[in-house]
Amino acid sequence: MSLFNVFDISATGMSAQSVRLNTTASNIANADSVSSSVDKTYRARHPVFAAEMQKAAAGQEESVGVKVLGIVESDKPLNIEYSPGHPMADAGGYIYKPNVNVIEEMTNMISASRSYQTNIQLAESAKNMLNKTLMLGQR
Amino acid sequence: MAISFEKAFGIHPQSLQVRAKNAEVIAANIANADTPGYKAKGLDFKAALAQAASKQQSGMSKTHAKHFDIRTEINNGVDYRVPNQADTGDGNTVDAQVERNLYLENSMKYQASLQFLTGKIKGLKKAITGGQG
Repeated sequence: MSLFNVFDISATGMSAQSVRLNTTASNIANADSVSSSVDKTYRARHPVFAAEMQKAAAGQEESVGVKVLGIVESDKPLNIEYSPGHPMADAGGYIYKPNVNVIEEMTNMISASRSYQTNIQLAESAKNMLNKTLMLGQR
Repeated sequence: MAISFEKAFGIHPQSLQVRAKNAEVIAANIANADTPGYKAKGLDFKAALAQAASKQQSGMSKTHAKHFDIRTEINNGVDYRVPNQADTGDGNTVDAQVERNLYLENSMKYQASLQFLTGKIKGLKKAITGGQG
């Protein structure tokens, strides 16, 4: 019964989008985390989405869910500031700030939460369709 | 006179199957709306319905438990959509708004088919009970 697959597919979408929301939250929370060396500085994290192709092998090639392949750290240059008075400053007087772009993260957050909502609506209306089907011939 | 359910229900049971399948395909598109390189797919309703109605299953029959399941459904009506926007930057061709509306439309038509079936079942019930029930 393929309507039940809609639940599976929208669930994969919801979990992928919530991973994206999590990374965004982590990025924004750490946007101002200062450190005193390049290695210890927080870097913006982003999930990599991919279609669930192992299901395609099982004869379901036309409708696949989504999964998070992994989370990559951004390799954009860090924000290095000269601030000798800062308690975290290194020997040269520099502090290192994360390469998080807060505006990018905010738009990412909106996009992720909208996609999450859309997936919920799919499951909701599939539920309605199934409910109506169960009531078939009873009214 | 025998009542033939097959004839009474007409095309609607197959139509429901194809609608459910279509819902699945669209759900997959929306779930993958942010997947780089994903190409949106769509169901050719006419072809899929014709296939469902004729119950075409071109495959080899399994006569032993260890036989492989070889089903060669010759193009089961699912194809890639032609995108409105050719290049989105990441190779994804899903238009989430279009897909949402298609899903809604599909769900309404599913419910219309259900409504037809309900009518048919009511009619049959009346015929069976002679209008007593």
